[in-house]
Amino acid sequence: MGNFTVRIRKKARYVDPTACNACGECAKVCPQVRPDEYQMGLSARKAIYIPFPQAVPCSYILDMESCLGNVPIACGKCAEACEQNAINYDDRDEIVTREVGAVIVAVGAEVYDPTQDDEYGYTRFRNVITSMEFERLICAGGPTCGEFVRPSDLQRPKRIGFIQCVGSRNPRLNRPWCSNICCMNTVKDTLLLADHYPDTENVVFYQDIRSFGKGFEDMFQRSKEAGTRYIRGLPGEIVEDPATGNLRVTVENTTAGRIERFELDMVVLSVGVEPPKDLARISGLLTLSKTSDGFFMESHPKLKPVDAPTRGVFFAGFCESPKDIKDSVCQAGAAASRAGALLNAGRIRIEAITSHIDPAACTKCGLCAQVCPYGAIRWKKGEVATVVEAACAGCGACGATCRSGAITMRHYTDDQLNAQVRAILGDRPQDKVCVFACNWCSYAGGDMAGISRMAYPASNRVVRTLCSARVSEEMVLEAFRCGAPVVLVSGCHYADCHYITANRQTVKRVDRLWDRLERLGIRPERLQLEWISAAEGPKFAAVMRRLEDLRRTVTAEEIAHTREALRPKPAARIARAAALQE
Amino acid sequence: MNEPSRNRPNDEELRIGVFVCDCGLNIAGAVDCEAVATFAATLPDVTCVVRNKYTCADPGQNEIKNAIRQHHLNRVVVASCTPRQHEPTFRQCVLDAGLNPYLLEMANLREHCAWVHPHDREAATAKAKDLVAGAVAKARFLQPQEEMVVPVTRRALVIGGGVAGIEAALELADQGHKVTLVEKQPSIGGIMAQLDKTYPTMDCSI
Repeated sequence: MGNFTVRIRKKARYVDPTACNACGECAKVCPQVRPDEYQMGLSARKAIYIPFPQAVPCSYILDMESCLGNVPIACGKCAEACEQNAINYDDRDEIVTREVGAVIVAVGAEVYDPTQDDEYGYTRFRNVITSMEFERLICAGGPTCGEFVRPSDLQRPKRIGFIQCVGSRNPRLNRPWCSNICCMNTVKDTLLLADHYPDTENVVFYQDIRSFGKGFEDMFQRSKEAGTRYIRGLPGEIVEDPATGNLRVTVENTTAGRIERFELDMVVLSVGVEPPKDLARISGLLTLSKTSDGFFMESHPKLKPVDAPTRGVFFAGFCESPKDIKDSVCQAGAAASRAGALLNAGRIRIEAITSHIDPAACTKCGLCAQVCPYGAIRWKKGEVATVVEAACAGCGACGATCRSGAITMRHYTDDQLNAQVRAILGDRPQDKVCVFACNWCSYAGGDMAGISRMAYPASNRVVRTLCSARVSEEMVLEAFRCGAPVVLVSGCHYADCHYITANRQTVKRVDRLWDRLERLGIRPERLQLEWISAAEGPKFAAVMRRLEDLRRTVTAEEIAHTREALRPKPAARIARAAALQE
Repeated sequence: MNEPSRNRPNDEELRIGVFVCDCGLNIAGAVDCEAVATFAATLPDVTCVVRNKYTCADPGQNEIKNAIRQHHLNRVVVASCTPRQHEPTFRQCVLDAGLNPYLLEMANLREHCAWVHPHDREAATAKAKDLVAGAVAKARFLQPQEEMVVPVTRRALVIGGGVAGIEAALELADQGHKVTLVEKQPSIGGIMAQLDKTYPTMDCSI
């Protein structure tokens, strides 16, 4: 919080960017040819290459996986050609450590790859391309120097179709979201074609054209005025004519209410975007959570749109939700402003929710140190454990684990939480479901259900803890002792715990409780465990409905038996202690 | 909040104030707030109960501050919306009236009650009473706390060198902060660098 230590792997470039003058002599002599990623594989690069002419840093880089020359005897041509002596085959990755006070996460998105589902014959038909490939083909810096040609015969296509929502708004592909940018990108592409080649016939197949931003509708109208046809309906079928490479497209025009057929020279798939595949890694490192579509979840959808739930972390750009350049720039400014406010203040106030250990009560067992996800508890065998308060985040896993009652969580004490449990179950407990919800995910999921007005039965009573790991066995048993028919422990999704790994303790504890309940003749399913993220309002509501159904199955006899089975037996305890002493 | 707590000793008699918020019709539309307030007055150690139309608005906050002074309250329960939204507001409010901010507890009658039980006033009201009872019971065990203040390292990390990351890094640098920009590709620029022209104006992407 306010102070992060970051270890960065600075990858080896094998070319010193301060010495390289980007003359390109090295690439001329390099014998290794690879597909050029920047050009979407439509042209080739060498093993030593500059990603694109305007690259920053403006320096060549050696793709060591393709290079022959890490044994200089094998090749080494580029090093011979380099007058700057900038090439170093022995360059190695370097670990750089930085202390920072704020982190802006701007990891972007990935473009949907239609290969995986062979969308519209993308893998089979040569003249079906993606909108990213279109960008490279129309660009003066592209593989054809801006001469727009189709792949099959390198001739200029005269009839071009655009298909919208490829990999977007598609529940079948588990991609229900709108990618935001593709409608306007296609409108732009049709205007580019109209400008470069006024004789092309463009047709756009769409579900809805979303031209909601400033200047967007004007652009859409200009595209129509320039002759682009917009057909409401996504093609059902594309067939390639093997002789010509042309594409026969069949589509239901839902505005006209008829089937239409088109013969086109080229089809452009307007592909959507998706969260980057390594998003989970960043999410784990910074304890962030995701929405159901996999983009990052902000602290509040309206009031804290760039703050992450982890203090000192902010979002910018696509990784938070699909957005265009202008919105990315706006959000980046907002994120920088929020981060700047923190850095300018120079100090951060830490909520007084940390753990405290009473040395007199500590039995030196060290269990607390084992469960702390932050390593904030110092303990050596035979010594009293102590808390490093600056490192403690307050999850309460230690407090719930301590068997000797030596640990007090400041502001979420056992006394407070037990009193709350007893009070909410005070009157007619048989009608209620006791819900323990963690602040960051499941309680927030409950808030989301509320904000979204998702009605569910009123039987649940929520007790907020910071983490599900704070819920001790005793708290759950106390709820049952008070007569609760059903108890729910709920937290962040397993890999998304706000306290790194604290909710693993929750799992272990609930497992132990299930065993214990079973031994006591109490139906274990009366204790439920659920992971509900901050974005999962619908899930929260569904769980509450399910728990109410479960509650109705719990009989008065069961509750009476439970209370009896869990009743503390002081007399028995005293007898046992006396027996042990003897 | 760095100065020593201005609270009464812990063994002093508990005096709890409960503030029940209508939130316009957001809560009062589904919950009988008068019944909740009447119920709250019967709870142990509750000294005063006040109903507000909007507790978070200045008049509502002033009522809390006045009640703290008038009734010498040493615990405050605000029964309104989610603490995830207004806990900081009400913590500041009780602090302004001289109370340690950790002597505040909230009951969520809006997101967790009124908004999700709009059609069963009786059940929603019963639940609201329980939530208030839970908050009051918890409040009886609250203790004043002192927050720790730690220095913030004046340097930022930006992960990702696409248009958003570049812009954020430049903006922070313009504010005078040291920034480390991390990009996994050999060049910054991201997806935007691969585009030819960009909408709505037709300028080049690089």
